[in-house]
Amino acid sequence: MSIEISRVTTAPAPRGSFLRANPSVLWFMGLLGLFTLGVTILSEGFGIGAISTNLVKILGMTLCLCLIAIAMDVVWGYCGILSLGHFAFFGLGGYAIGMWLMYARTEIVIRDSLGRGTIPPTELEVAEGVAAQIFGVVGSSELPLIWSFAGSLPFQLAMVVLVPGLLALVFGWLAFRSRVTGVYLSILTQAMTLALALYLFQNDTGLRGNNGLSGLQNIPGYQHVPQSVISMWFFWASAVALGAGYLLFAWVVSGKFGSVIRAIRDNEARVRFLGYNVEGYKLFVFTITAVISGIAGALYYPQAGIINPAEIAPIASIYLAVWVAIGGRGRLYGAVIGAASVSLLSSWLTGGGAPNIDLGLFRIVWTDWWLVFLGLGFVAVTLFFPKGMGGLFDYLVRKKP
Amino acid sequence: MIKKTLLTTAATTALLAAPAYANCPIQVGVLHSLSGSMAISETTLRDVMLMLVDQQNAKGGVLGCQLEAVVVDPASDWPLFAELTRQLLTVNEVDVIFGAWTSVSRKALLPVLEELNGLFFYPVQYEGQESSRNVFYTGAAPNQQAIPAVDYFLEELGVESFALLGTDYVYPRTTNAILESYLLSKGIAAEDIFVNYTPFGHADWSTIVGDVIGLGAGGKQVGVISTINGDANIGFYTELAAQGVSADDIPVVAFSVGEEELSGLDTSRLVGHLAAWNYFMSADTPANEEFIAAWHEFIGDENRVTNDPMEAHYIGFNMWVNAVEAAGTTDVDAVREAMWGQEFPNLTGGTAVMNTNHHLSKPVLIGEIRADGQFDIISQTEEVPGLAWSPFLEDSATLVSDWQELECGMFDTATETCVQLTSNY
Amino acid sequence: MLRLLPCIAFMIALILVAPLRASAQSDTPLQDVLQTVQPLVASPSRGTVPEMLAALITADAPGTVAFLRAWSDREVYERPEDGFFFFAREGADRNLVLIDIDSGAEAGTASSRDVNQIRPNAGVRREVNAALVQFELLNPNPARRLAALDSIARSPDAEQIEALEIALEAEEDSAIAVRMQRLLDLLNARFATDTATRVDAIDGLRGDISTEARRALNQILQTQSGFGEAVPEGTNVARLRVPGDDMPLIAAYAVLSDAGLAPARPGRNAIRDVLRANVVDGTVGGIPVHQLDNDEARRAAYLALEQAGTVAPLVTTADMEAAVAQYVFYDAYLEADPAVTQAARDALDSTRTRISIWQFVGISIDALSLASIFFLAAIGLAITFGVMRVINMAHGEFIMMGAYTGYVVQTVIPDYTVSLVVALPLAFLVTFAAGVLMERLVIRHLYTRPLETLLATFGISIALQQLAKNIFGTQARPLTAPDWLAGAIQVNDLVSVASIRVAIFAMAIGFLLLLLYILNRTRLGLEVRAVTQNPGMAASMGINPDRINMLTFGLGSGIAGVAGVSIGLVAQVTSEMGANYIVQSFMTVVVGGVGSVFGTLAGATLIGFLQKGIEWFNPANTLAAQTYMVLFIILFIQFRPKGIVALKGRAAGD
Repeated sequence: MSIEISRVTTAPAPRGSFLRANPSVLWFMGLLGLFTLGVTILSEGFGIGAISTNLVKILGMTLCLCLIAIAMDVVWGYCGILSLGHFAFFGLGGYAIGMWLMYARTEIVIRDSLGRGTIPPTELEVAEGVAAQIFGVVGSSELPLIWSFAGSLPFQLAMVVLVPGLLALVFGWLAFRSRVTGVYLSILTQAMTLALALYLFQNDTGLRGNNGLSGLQNIPGYQHVPQSVISMWFFWASAVALGAGYLLFAWVVSGKFGSVIRAIRDNEARVRFLGYNVEGYKLFVFTITAVISGIAGALYYPQAGIINPAEIAPIASIYLAVWVAIGGRGRLYGAVIGAASVSLLSSWLTGGGAPNIDLGLFRIVWTDWWLVFLGLGFVAVTLFFPKGMGGLFDYLVRKKP
Repeated sequence: MIKKTLLTTAATTALLAAPAYANCPIQVGVLHSLSGSMAISETTLRDVMLMLVDQQNAKGGVLGCQLEAVVVDPASDWPLFAELTRQLLTVNEVDVIFGAWTSVSRKALLPVLEELNGLFFYPVQYEGQESSRNVFYTGAAPNQQAIPAVDYFLEELGVESFALLGTDYVYPRTTNAILESYLLSKGIAAEDIFVNYTPFGHADWSTIVGDVIGLGAGGKQVGVISTINGDANIGFYTELAAQGVSADDIPVVAFSVGEEELSGLDTSRLVGHLAAWNYFMSADTPANEEFIAAWHEFIGDENRVTNDPMEAHYIGFNMWVNAVEAAGTTDVDAVREAMWGQEFPNLTGGTAVMNTNHHLSKPVLIGEIRADGQFDIISQTEEVPGLAWSPFLEDSATLVSDWQELECGMFDTATETCVQLTSNY
Repeated sequence: MLRLLPCIAFMIALILVAPLRASAQSDTPLQDVLQTVQPLVASPSRGTVPEMLAALITADAPGTVAFLRAWSDREVYERPEDGFFFFAREGADRNLVLIDIDSGAEAGTASSRDVNQIRPNAGVRREVNAALVQFELLNPNPARRLAALDSIARSPDAEQIEALEIALEAEEDSAIAVRMQRLLDLLNARFATDTATRVDAIDGLRGDISTEARRALNQILQTQSGFGEAVPEGTNVARLRVPGDDMPLIAAYAVLSDAGLAPARPGRNAIRDVLRANVVDGTVGGIPVHQLDNDEARRAAYLALEQAGTVAPLVTTADMEAAVAQYVFYDAYLEADPAVTQAARDALDSTRTRISIWQFVGISIDALSLASIFFLAAIGLAITFGVMRVINMAHGEFIMMGAYTGYVVQTVIPDYTVSLVVALPLAFLVTFAAGVLMERLVIRHLYTRPLETLLATFGISIALQQLAKNIFGTQARPLTAPDWLAGAIQVNDLVSVASIRVAIFAMAIGFLLLLLYILNRTRLGLEVRAVTQNPGMAASMGINPDRINMLTFGLGSGIAGVAGVSIGLVAQVTSEMGANYIVQSFMTVVVGGVGSVFGTLAGATLIGFLQKGIEWFNPANTLAAQTYMVLFIILFIQFRPKGIVALKGRAAGD
């Protein structure tokens, strides 16, 4: 941790020169722009069709994962809270938007179907029809209370931000108030995401239990737009969100605020003695990252097409921490590198796309061995490269002053 | 080791395939989880598909083309099913996909399948309430498994008090909803139906088994209908055996327990409990004997068992081959139409027929568990046509599916309209 | 059952006269009789078996009873060509040697596919056993007599009273006689002909909490709902039902409309359907169709149709109330004698308190059992996490390793008892070694970075999980308890606990004591505590902290391995089993209070009882119990961040 401490002592950059003080932000924006442009040109929907819609979706989802990874980096790498529950916020964002996608899509189908009858349907009949469609799958036909406003896009969009934000606020307030720190806090956040997952797994919750919400890739009102086009819309949206999120967090961590939260990470008690409201800072960071995670989830799940409670099981959040650790904590681009490389490599190797390696006596079948190597990789990174892959940049930068 | 040979086989198959037509070799997608919690059941289905593809290639392939299996691993991750379906249909450009086990995974891939007009064969018993244009359901619908089993309880065992135990997800929920309303219609009082849901992989069964035993004090014959899925069954049956629940006192009929699941258990204390399926390995027919022999040879292990979803793939695959031959092309719409009315002999005797609602007509078998982990077939019906929509649920009572005449999978006979052409997922 | 009565009476006569009867005329008397009811014998069903039994017993061919027994044991085969029945034994080449049922002589061979094995189901067998009870009760073999008594308990019948009385007089085994007397009481309570005997027998069941006693009482108390303008004379009314109060109005009305006493109440979509059927020139009752998209417009349209006399008036709530008010709805006992039902009701009520107490005991035992599993899973963690502050995410995988060790041992040593005895220490050694290895290679370097041990050990966890999958496959592996642990300890009909759970409980206690001993009474324990509290000072006192850390970590891991064997005996052994316990184990340790073995004990007990307690309130949903338990833990930690057993002073470590 000694390296990090030295950074705290560096004076905050003077006002107005945020970008000059953070050249990595410009670099990142540039690369992200180039990447987006490249994918657009190569895409099926808007370009020459060199990369499949499938890959566009994967890349779009990866951008969302990068977004939650930088949120995780801020809360862990900068503020020192190892949250093992940020995927809960990601999932809640996904559920919030998923409810609208599902409801609105079904409503169109039902109105269409009932409208073909001799007598136009009443609002009640439409609502009943929608409920039967959505919940027939889980042996029920009543619309639970939490779906009351599912037909309203503005309401559900507000929920994308409000639900994760409020949960983080309440949970954070409780936890920080009682000075739960370190490992205990990690376990507590893990318990939170476990409780949420178990809660959502229940049918009585009214979110279709294990089945989750599905068919989210069909955007109501745009059913006739091919997925090759819709996937690009979401890809762009994800890229914009990632860029904006990066900018926001880079700005948050660069000023005096950033110095304080890094100080909290390194020695909470001292910061408190200096008169700072440590709990307030932590709560702010925890909540803002939760909100951004929710937004990332709301962009991710329409591309994935389905969300179910298994998505927010504790393991997902642990993987998130692992991405950030591999990418390099305490630097936003590190988180992006970690999330993008590990998740893409995982899906490439487990997808059966990678060629198996024949070592004569032994054959490495990637689908069988990838997780073993990945696991051992974490161990190696933690032991030998505590700064992660992002640490390599330090090395390069130092070589070329 | 087995897996290694299998993959080599698949690879060699690919190499040997000589392109006779423009679209040779014919690509067959296999979408079963090879890792994660469902690998337990699905890996076997991947193997059986590879075996069927091999067998067909040995017979000269289809339309003069060799078949090539494209195996992907959705890793028991529902969103990955959707992602890989898109990959199979757009990148690998497969002509047909065989795959999925849980209803959740099927629901996840349905939108992609319908969007891209793929062809899919689903081999597992399921809850019904669905008939997709692009899916052929070769497993049992509730009226081919659950309802006959309940009838057996009511008529043959005189059960008057029911405990419906299930894992908490769509299949048990929907099946139990259907069964509850069916039992009520049969004059069973609501207070004589005890329903309980447990999570996947549940291990702590002592209280629930105790509760079920306690139902016996009510003065009525108690029976258990289990839709418990996967691993959790091991704990459940261990507890049943430990508490000495004999099949004579409280019979248990399971819808998700077959030979494969019992192979992880000592069944000597479970003798007499029941399972309902469309196939049991113990069926004594020449076709079954041949199938088992081929399976043992392919997998290289005499102890491996066969089960109902394997037979479903066997029937589904052979029907698809025949439909492709009949249509003269692998074009999805042509094959779909050629599938209607396809017939193929069951492994248990009789003939399976593919109906225009995309469900099979199959016989319903009820078996009692034997000490060796196999089943004694104690009841076998004639072929029963699968119903997509349950007549016992108010919301689906008036729905029918007929893709040939009505060109609709969800047709409301009350309003004479097609509710929707895509499925609800 | 009633159809069986004549045949049972006949069978009693048969035992008495059978030896005297001359054998029948034909060479194959039994086969001849069977052929008269061929379809019933060949495809048995509970519905038709009484008819078959009656036919067989009326004809009374020699060997009928033996045949029935063999038939219900699935030892009879049918030859489809001629429909004849045979016994069979295994011959060469998977063929069956057919045996004539009359002469016992061999009657050729057949492949199993050429003949049909007849498989009567459990319902049929129960009927046959009930019919054979009369013979079995006098069977010299006590086991057979007991089986016959079980059969009576399963399908009690009025006619059995007499047979049981005869058998009771002849019975010499006192235990069996007691059982017979008890069944006789139960039968008398239900079927005796005079009220006094019945009431006496029922009073004898007061306070009896056994399932069979309560079953008998509940059977006496079975009711049927009825209705009429008044309660008919002689009806033994259980309770009157007031529509709208303890019976939904709609349900009461449905009873009437089903009986044709009132017009049917239209269903949900009735108005819409009627309107749809009455569209004239795009309007219904003068209202244009496109305006009918709300209930008021639809009702107005319906009213217009109603006034025009086109459709029947709607049934309103007032109509329903008026119709229902003319009738009385009641539940009546099937048993006509009020004295008997009153006695039964009193007897049943008298058990209520005792049942609650025993149920509470049962729940507590379940909770203890659950707590002991949590404790076993978490105790290793209490050492590595609690004492050393190392977050070992691979702890669950050590549990899995232990379970797989047990499985491997069982495949090598077939005797379950011996293999268990070998597996427990071996599992300890294997996971001890794994723990030491992990400590040396990884954790040692991360003592100053506790959060990073979490990551590194998580990496090890997923690697181990996948490795187990590659080695053992994804299939669940059996880990079978020896026979002496396979049963259950039956306290009474309400409380029974599987022996294996008792063994696990004992093992948990054993580990608790062992750990307390090691930590508090041995040199190692002293050194562990010293290193935990102040490694620098401990080192300067001549303790080698490296060695102590290694041993402590090994100990914690080794215990996880043993826990794995015991958990594998009650649950499933899969590569993912460890992952199922890890989060819960962490919570157990944290709730209990880090750094204390007693804390873990308290945590496990709290969580076990809490979960069972919540389940008790909501038995239909186990998941809810788990959810609320985790929520409770989150809140609990807010208010007692240091857990139940909070260490004070320096030992608290921060």
